[in-house]
Amino acid sequence: MTGLLTMTGIVKEFPGVRALDGVDLDVRAGEVHCLLGQNGAGKSTLIRVLTGAHQPDAGTIHLNGEPVQLNSPTAAIQRGIAAIYQELDLVPELTVAENIFLGHEPARFGFSRRHEATVRAREILQGLGHAEIPTHRAVGSLPAAGQQVVSMARALSRDARLIVMDEPSAVLDPEEVSNLFRVIRGLTERGVAVVYISHRLEEIRRIGDRVTVLKDGATVATGLDARETPTKELIRLMTGRSIEYVFPPRNEVPSTAPVVLEVDELTRPGEFAGISFTVRAGEILGLAGLVGSGRSEVLETVYGARRAASGSVRVDGAALRPGRVQAAVKAGVGLAPEERKSQALLLDQAVYKNITVSTLQRFASGGFLNNRAEREAAAGLARSLDLRPAGVDHPVRNLSGGNQQKVVLARWLLRDCRVLLLDEPTRGVDVGARSEIYALIRALAANGVAIVLVSSEVEEVLGLSDRVVVLREGRAVHTGPAQAIDEHQVLDLVMEGSAV
Amino acid sequence: MSEDITRPDTTPETRPDTTASTQATVTPPAAQRSANLLTSGIGRNLGLVVALVVLCIVGVITAGDTFATGANVLTILRLAAVIGVVSVGMTFVITGGGIDLSVGAMVALASVWATTLATQQLAADYHWILMVSTALAVGAACGLVNGLLVAYGKIVPFIATLAMLAAARGLAEIISDRKTQIITVNSFVDFFGGSLLGVPVLVWIFLLVAAAGWVVLNRTTFGRRTFAVGGNAEAARLAGIKVQRHTVALYVVAGLCCGIAAVMLMARTTTGSSTHGQLYELDAIAAVVIGGTLLSGGRGTIVGTVIGVLIFTTLNNVFTLNNLSISAQSVAKGAIIVVAVLLQQRLAARTTSS
Repeated sequence: MTGLLTMTGIVKEFPGVRALDGVDLDVRAGEVHCLLGQNGAGKSTLIRVLTGAHQPDAGTIHLNGEPVQLNSPTAAIQRGIAAIYQELDLVPELTVAENIFLGHEPARFGFSRRHEATVRAREILQGLGHAEIPTHRAVGSLPAAGQQVVSMARALSRDARLIVMDEPSAVLDPEEVSNLFRVIRGLTERGVAVVYISHRLEEIRRIGDRVTVLKDGATVATGLDARETPTKELIRLMTGRSIEYVFPPRNEVPSTAPVVLEVDELTRPGEFAGISFTVRAGEILGLAGLVGSGRSEVLETVYGARRAASGSVRVDGAALRPGRVQAAVKAGVGLAPEERKSQALLLDQAVYKNITVSTLQRFASGGFLNNRAEREAAAGLARSLDLRPAGVDHPVRNLSGGNQQKVVLARWLLRDCRVLLLDEPTRGVDVGARSEIYALIRALAANGVAIVLVSSEVEEVLGLSDRVVVLREGRAVHTGPAQAIDEHQVLDLVMEGSAV
Repeated sequence: MSEDITRPDTTPETRPDTTASTQATVTPPAAQRSANLLTSGIGRNLGLVVALVVLCIVGVITAGDTFATGANVLTILRLAAVIGVVSVGMTFVITGGGIDLSVGAMVALASVWATTLATQQLAADYHWILMVSTALAVGAACGLVNGLLVAYGKIVPFIATLAMLAAARGLAEIISDRKTQIITVNSFVDFFGGSLLGVPVLVWIFLLVAAAGWVVLNRTTFGRRTFAVGGNAEAARLAGIKVQRHTVALYVVAGLCCGIAAVMLMARTTTGSSTHGQLYELDAIAAVVIGGTLLSGGRGTIVGTVIGVLIFTTLNNVFTLNNLSISAQSVAKGAIIVVAVLLQQRLAARTTSS
């Protein structure tokens, strides 16, 4: 095996964030190199740099010993680097052959040579061991696994020497995963290198050769043996943290506190099944799990934004009508959704209008709004939440992530919520503002609100919650007090599903 | 929930190091102020007012003796009134994230239905108000169908209202047998054709509708929800707003405005006809868009729409007074639309980057 790709000291900064802070990666021809790291460790950014979508601010990239600059995705493709993303980038209406040769169709004088495309597509698919995929079918009608094969065929049609696979198994069932691994082995035998990203350790052990671990935008270990390195060691490398968050002290939730939210056997086929939990007034319940484990879906179903297939949600003992956001809002449930900008905020509207949008009735008589009362109520909240800038007439778009999140929370504070569902409340929030959000969440709980918290950051879930539910592939694999479990055990649960 | 409980500054350990990180993102005051000026009502409409003034100056220079007369101003306003009312309704739909291509056809259908022999007979026997309520009911009903198709049928607004455009005009032709229906109810013509305090009743109606539209859009829960639904329908839904029901209401408002416009057109022409309101959809959309309402929704201004309508009507008037052809008018109209939208995009880019 020879060195194919060497990345050294890669740095990438975004406004306010240093996403990559000195990453080293070396990949050999014909190996499966696994990238491990928690959410936010910098894996996605690294891949974007490698595929030419982002330009690094510092660092060098060598291909076959030559220094290269990957100025654009096209430049990366021309040098034989291809990527297969979680969200497959195929055109569903076009056929298999058309997708494989998209952007470099066999053509003469501008006329596409469809026969040649079909023949060559068939050859490539055969090479991948999937000759059964018809080249004339629309890609959208293929199952997920088939689409992935097409994606790989497309990479090969460009003579890729290095293929990046970002969580390729997330959408596949076990049998299809075995198939995928067979294809990967076929590729590596021909000298193609694969950079494989997955959260599932068992897969890394099955298919991987070497492992590089990222943490907080830097390489913490590289060249680890994928089969021999103990799980404990890998998790220790992933979790040792350089930034310490300050979590406000817990307040004791008396066991006499009334149960506010009861979720019973909630099920949505394909997303999650048999989820049950209760939350008392003043309690924070954390939902931990990987992306795709069903945590956000559970939250949105409780809120009525998704309709449960079976199971029930009760607030203060009264069942909510499933699939009805208004029923939930009326019962005193509020949601701070995962995608703040697209799901919660009216970006071009003033701060105060964003805060009062769920409580307009309160500021209206006969349908007419009292703008001054609205502004005053919003300004009061802005003061108490220490919103910056303090004015309530700015468009929300101009606020930082942390302050935007405060606006969303203010909306539900104004409503006197009984239950608050928080989905990734600190995503895109800088470190300083985080502790403010944490304090705010705690203060809300102290005031008797029942809170359900979802976060990709295990430390955050454990630090804030009183109790945690760990989800893995749509099922609760553990429920218990947050203080009785640590980050390693949670990661163990979400990645391997083994007992604590 | 009382205020002090939600106050994070009562928990001292959260205070340190928050200041620097949050303050870095505060917009510089100067940039903020200029952005506010540009996006505030006056600033945004300033360009439009300037355009209208320039147009008037051109009118005075080229046709001073006939242009700058009280009678001509009233003529412009009278001509602007009908399309103005339609445009106010259109402003609601577009601000709410939709579009209504069927306004012209709805005007035609309402005018025909309100002037059938049977309706006129009833009106002659009782009161002309029956003709008015027929027109309003027809407009509102068409709007209701549009709204139901868009909100619950999940048909994109462009297609749903395109279907209504075809169907309503066809229905108008069937009912009228493609004949122009003369209004014989004199009390109707007398009332709507008359003047109040020297200003035509039609202009009064336009002013009333525009004022009501402004109040509803800017001062009521309905208006606020319209901005929310048009700006981010998903966020509005998750905030507990009944998005579908609201969408239906918006199309009903547009239909109702078409009913009013039909009454006004009937008074101006003393006829009901299936050819009334031809291309009103394009004129209304053009006025709304150059007025500063975002075609993608979430931002809308009634004042801008009214000025937009006045710009187009004044343009017509100036060209007509100078004996220029309708074709030349169309070219000028096209140019104005392009320039206005280009300016609007620059403005939008500046406000989002600040």
